[in-house]
Amino acid sequence: MIAAHLPALLIAIPLIAAPVCLLLGRGGLAWAWSTLVSWLVFGLSWLMLQKTLISGPFNYELGGWEAPFGIEYQVDTLNAFILLIVAAIGAVVMPYARASVNREVPAHKHTLFYTAYLLCLTGLLGITITGDAFNVFVFLEISSLSSYAMIALGRDPKALTASFQYLIMGTIGATFILIGIGLMYQMTGTLNMADLAKRLPAVEDTRPVMAAFAFFIIGVSLKLALFPLHMWLPNAYAYAPSVVTAFLAATATKVSVYVLYRFVFTVFGQSFSFDVIPLEPILLVLSLAGIFVASAVAIFQTNVKRLLAWSSVAQIGYIMLGVSLITVAGLTASILHIFNHAVMKGALFLAMGAVYYQVGSVQISDLNGIAKKMPYTMFAFVIAGLGLIGVPLTGGFISKWYLITAVLERGWWPVAVLVLLSSLLAVFYVWRVVEAAYFKAGDNDDVEVREAPLSMLVPLYVLTAASVWFGIDTSLPLKASTEAARQLMGIGG
Amino acid sequence: MVWLGHFNYWIVIFLMMAGFYTVIARGNLIKKIVGLNIFQTSVFLLYITMGKVKGGTAPIVPEGGGEGLAYSNPIPHVLILTAIVVGVATTSLGLALIVRIREAYGTIEEDEIQEIEDKSS
Repeated sequence: MIAAHLPALLIAIPLIAAPVCLLLGRGGLAWAWSTLVSWLVFGLSWLMLQKTLISGPFNYELGGWEAPFGIEYQVDTLNAFILLIVAAIGAVVMPYARASVNREVPAHKHTLFYTAYLLCLTGLLGITITGDAFNVFVFLEISSLSSYAMIALGRDPKALTASFQYLIMGTIGATFILIGIGLMYQMTGTLNMADLAKRLPAVEDTRPVMAAFAFFIIGVSLKLALFPLHMWLPNAYAYAPSVVTAFLAATATKVSVYVLYRFVFTVFGQSFSFDVIPLEPILLVLSLAGIFVASAVAIFQTNVKRLLAWSSVAQIGYIMLGVSLITVAGLTASILHIFNHAVMKGALFLAMGAVYYQVGSVQISDLNGIAKKMPYTMFAFVIAGLGLIGVPLTGGFISKWYLITAVLERGWWPVAVLVLLSSLLAVFYVWRVVEAAYFKAGDNDDVEVREAPLSMLVPLYVLTAASVWFGIDTSLPLKASTEAARQLMGIGG
Repeated sequence: MVWLGHFNYWIVIFLMMAGFYTVIARGNLIKKIVGLNIFQTSVFLLYITMGKVKGGTAPIVPEGGGEGLAYSNPIPHVLILTAIVVGVATTSLGLALIVRIREAYGTIEEDEIQEIEDKSS
């Protein structure tokens, strides 16, 4: 009975939990409540992924209104997998949040912080699950508005300007998406994605549809920080509270990538996106440029969180490179990298959160000799950093391996060489942190700095272990992403 | 006069570009928010325009049927009601941030804020 309403519950629970959280007041209650909700959502999304893997895609009509008229939730392997990633990161980050938020956010704002977090979670899950184009916009704004608020809670006054810049860029992006959806509606009279996919081919030569595509893709690219539309990302991630950075870096841009997959492949269709509009060379050039420019900039950062944020822009490049191949193998690599990058970047940002908790800074110069004082935290950083480089036996290796295989399958060997070269850049920026932490002597032997508390180490190690585990036993992510890629390309089902 | 028939769309494009330009070109944070508002408003107008049916009335069924009556499409209006709410929320959040930026930096001019940030880092 309840099982039939899984998709609705997944959204309704965190959405209703948010105002309840506000009523719980100060103290640990708000935190306990949002942790409970995160884990509940994680359980539900796990059930849904199992359901799609066993019995295939299913849909849910909200309020019993039939599909093209009412809002419909459509669940297939792709979005069930993305939902699982979002929910899992939320569930892992929340136990960590207690100590970190106590240190970084003023006490009277804790309740508001957890409320914003729940709304953001709702928004991200909603974007992913919905089958209605306008609903995507609504959920997108729910998640964006709450993340602007969370970013602004950072201690540094730069968090305010970073949040403001993100607000301007994010709103421009969302408004572009709104224009795109409006033009689609104007030409087809429908907002349901499956219905749009059926009706768009008949009008695909018209200029409004092309304009709709252009507006939509640029809007989404802003949201997913595709180079050169990434300018909001480094500061927003660098100055936000550590928990927010870890959560958003692992989920927010990934969900936007999902929206891009959905509209490029399912709604507009492959032939329109790549034959009528030359999306392939655009994505290829931008993603390669993004990989190199962002990795190079990352090397010269002095703030580790900022360094990791630039690395995120580069990793988005790898994800989009997989899309530009337009093959099942390319998409599989792309989806796999979404998963692995979420796990690795989550771990790296959690490690930096632990450092910030103890040291009060994440400047590389303040990290000298930190490995002696916080051996467990820095060990996790090294392991997750190896994943970022793509060393064998880590998740990062698996997704790069699939990406390079897919590139070679298309016969683009120069691109494969570039991907390998770009991994060297990752070696440099990860090494800079490792060098400071392990091989430089600390300025003064500050006895104050100790290992981070257990409540922070356990979530950190869960993600670190996952990044190694999924480098060895790849069955779950590989099965889900292959299946998802096949569904996107319309092969099998 | 074909282009006059698309009067609304010309207004939409004019407002859209004026707003977009203001967001990009102005250094004053309040002016940026105003530009963003104009930009969003142009999209509201776009949606409302597309819902209009020539000779159509309000989509309310009068007593006793009302067959043969043309109605304007109500869906874009409803959609844009949601977008207006989003716009209000974005504006208020933006203004709240500006208040706090002013408290922290003592200015709301982008270049002056940039100068202060460069000095501190």
